[in-house]
Amino acid sequence: MKKKNLAALLMAGAMCFSLLAGCSGGSETGGTGTQDPEEPSQGAEATQPAGDDQNGQGNEPAGTASGTFKLGGIGPLTGENAIYGNAAMNGAQIAVDEINALGGAITFEFEKQDDESDPEKALNAYNTLLDHGMQVLVGTVTTGPCITVSDQAFQDRVFAMTPSASSTDVISGKDNMFQVCFTDPNQGVGAADYISANMPDAKVAIIYRNDDAYSQGIRDTFVSEAKAKGLEVVDEGTFTKDTQTDFSVQLTSAQNKGADLIFLPIYYQPASVILAQAKAMDYNPTYFGVDGMDGILTMEGFDTSLAEGVMLLTPFSADAEDERTQNFVKTYSDLYGETPNQFAADGYDVVYAIYEALNAAGCTGGMSAEEICEALIAVMPTISVDGLTGQGMTWQSTGEVSKAPMAVVIENGVYVLPN
Amino acid sequence: MKKLIGKIKGLKKTTKVDFATYGGVILAFLIVSALGRFGFLNRSISGMLVPICAYIVMAVSLNLVVGILGELSLGHAGFMSVGAFTGVIVAQSLQASVPSAPLRLALAIVVGAMFAAVAGVIVGIPVLRLRGDYLAIVTLAFGEIIKELINCLLVGYDSKGLHIAFNLDGSLTINDIGMAPDGMAIIKGAQGATGTATIASFTAGFILIMLTLVIVLNLVRSRAGRAIMALRDNRIAAESVGVNVTKYKLMAFVTSAALAGAAGALYGLNYSGLTASKFGFDTSILVLVYVVLGGLGNMWGSIIAATVLYILPEALREFRDYRMLVYAIVLILVMLATNNDQLKGLLGRIIPKRKGAADNG
Repeated sequence: MKKKNLAALLMAGAMCFSLLAGCSGGSETGGTGTQDPEEPSQGAEATQPAGDDQNGQGNEPAGTASGTFKLGGIGPLTGENAIYGNAAMNGAQIAVDEINALGGAITFEFEKQDDESDPEKALNAYNTLLDHGMQVLVGTVTTGPCITVSDQAFQDRVFAMTPSASSTDVISGKDNMFQVCFTDPNQGVGAADYISANMPDAKVAIIYRNDDAYSQGIRDTFVSEAKAKGLEVVDEGTFTKDTQTDFSVQLTSAQNKGADLIFLPIYYQPASVILAQAKAMDYNPTYFGVDGMDGILTMEGFDTSLAEGVMLLTPFSADAEDERTQNFVKTYSDLYGETPNQFAADGYDVVYAIYEALNAAGCTGGMSAEEICEALIAVMPTISVDGLTGQGMTWQSTGEVSKAPMAVVIENGVYVLPN
Repeated sequence: MKKLIGKIKGLKKTTKVDFATYGGVILAFLIVSALGRFGFLNRSISGMLVPICAYIVMAVSLNLVVGILGELSLGHAGFMSVGAFTGVIVAQSLQASVPSAPLRLALAIVVGAMFAAVAGVIVGIPVLRLRGDYLAIVTLAFGEIIKELINCLLVGYDSKGLHIAFNLDGSLTINDIGMAPDGMAIIKGAQGATGTATIASFTAGFILIMLTLVIVLNLVRSRAGRAIMALRDNRIAAESVGVNVTKYKLMAFVTSAALAGAAGALYGLNYSGLTASKFGFDTSILVLVYVVLGGLGNMWGSIIAATVLYILPEALREFRDYRMLVYAIVLILVMLATNNDQLKGLLGRIIPKRKGAADNG
């Protein structure tokens, strides 16, 4: 009996270590990549006195921002939505490193926490970050957790800016909450407008996930805008988290009803299955996605030739010609070994927007989270930020961003502007 | 004093364990409350108190089905879901008529428990005729069905009362349920409940745990409880001496469902956003893990396991990406350590009576 137990213990240990080895080996681009950028911030934490010195400088006259600010980031770093969380946090980390390298009066410390895209875990992560002295929140990345966390942040008076939580519930009634991404209604309306302007005769089928706030939200606004614009929606197929591995029913139905354009207001994992299955049944409609489709090209094990010709609404294209995007793409791919998606750019822009706002408000590193929150709320509607996801982004006091949506099409595995 | 000690010594072993469980929970509550009052608790811990309370109630109530009744239920989160969403509806729609938050919370918990109990009866009557694996599969399906149903549910409240619609074909939205413009959307289908006023508190959680313990422990020690355990140990023998199988099975199952509903209401009112997908298979299994690691039929074990296993992943945040891996390793080690005969023998020598108490408790 004793020997058996010992053997079991050893087996369990061996299994765990082989798992561990598998993890570090398999995720050379992801796992170790995400840890590298942590080091600078850990270093910054270790040199606390430096931060204190700058707090001392906080006695300078108001109007000039200075000092070290602690940014907290929350997003799904593990689990099924990890690609979004990691991209946004990596993008934010690059912006933080750039700002720190400027040697200006403002420096940032950035700490990210995992929420697995679960509101419960996100609230725990938020509380942990506050314990660690967070002053401004970058997050959260996904919508569900953001609704819960933004409510708590509103009560605590912590300024928060989300890279990509796009539901209107995230910002409604909360003056401290701002978005860098489009809201769901804007995406639905934008997609319908684009299709009706460029492909007015399209017979549209929609496949969406009806147990997901994001997907259902976009579908609702898309359908009402399509009706207003006289766009023909011939078929709607739904799926849920548990049925996202097989779409033959929805695709057959869309094919039978003669749909030549499939609108996919969904995340990229189910979209990849749809693309593969449609190809297998020789059904070749045009696909039109929204920002959740972004990331499909970097998905592990996905044949990018399937995504040829897919159109999506995204504010960021890694192939844009401007120097800033080029530099960002280069830094990102050097550090993390992949082309940044829209979420990385959103995360990057959030940090720069916070930077601009802190400058405009003249905050100092010694201020409390509440003081910074009130100061930033006052200046947010007045600032204009040139970011990767839009030139001259401005915010309404409700928290909504104004910038131009952009449609791109995938050609030869990269995003290009449609002709 | 001597009389009291004599009285305690004269008590049955099981009664002693029960009182120790009550005492432990009260003591833990007093210590945590005192620490909170003097500012010793950081935000991370104080934010976890309410969910821990909810999961303790979930674990204890599931233990009644799995440990005492001996049937494997994999849909416990479904009852939690029923309780959570009814609780949210009750609390949100009574905002104007019942201004006191604790009273509203209590009402929400009671109504949540009632609805979950009704769901328990509906599921229990056909399902409890099944045994073993079949029961596990049907309860699993129940949890998924509840999830899908709530995804179709649209609920709003305005001056005329509640507006409820079932969005079965996916074409309705919250604007289609005929609410007045001043109305408030409570549940928006797949988008779940948003904008809920968070009124759950640690004190309410503590009271709920105590109520749960009183109900479950008294049921287990009663005549009915002995009948339930007899069914678990040998159904044919129990039937042959006249134990009503359906009645006692249903009793345990519905009690468990009602308590899970109460836990759900507490949980739902702790977060401003709540979606049905939270109460899926994963959550059912999570609670089952608490029960199994705490010991089947062992109520204080469930309490400790739920507390420790809830805090553990949060405490492991330092490990960053390897957090859940470390969590899994700890789970395996705990399982192996608690099943180790040598370790048990060692513990038995230190606390001679422990083994017997654990067997009965």
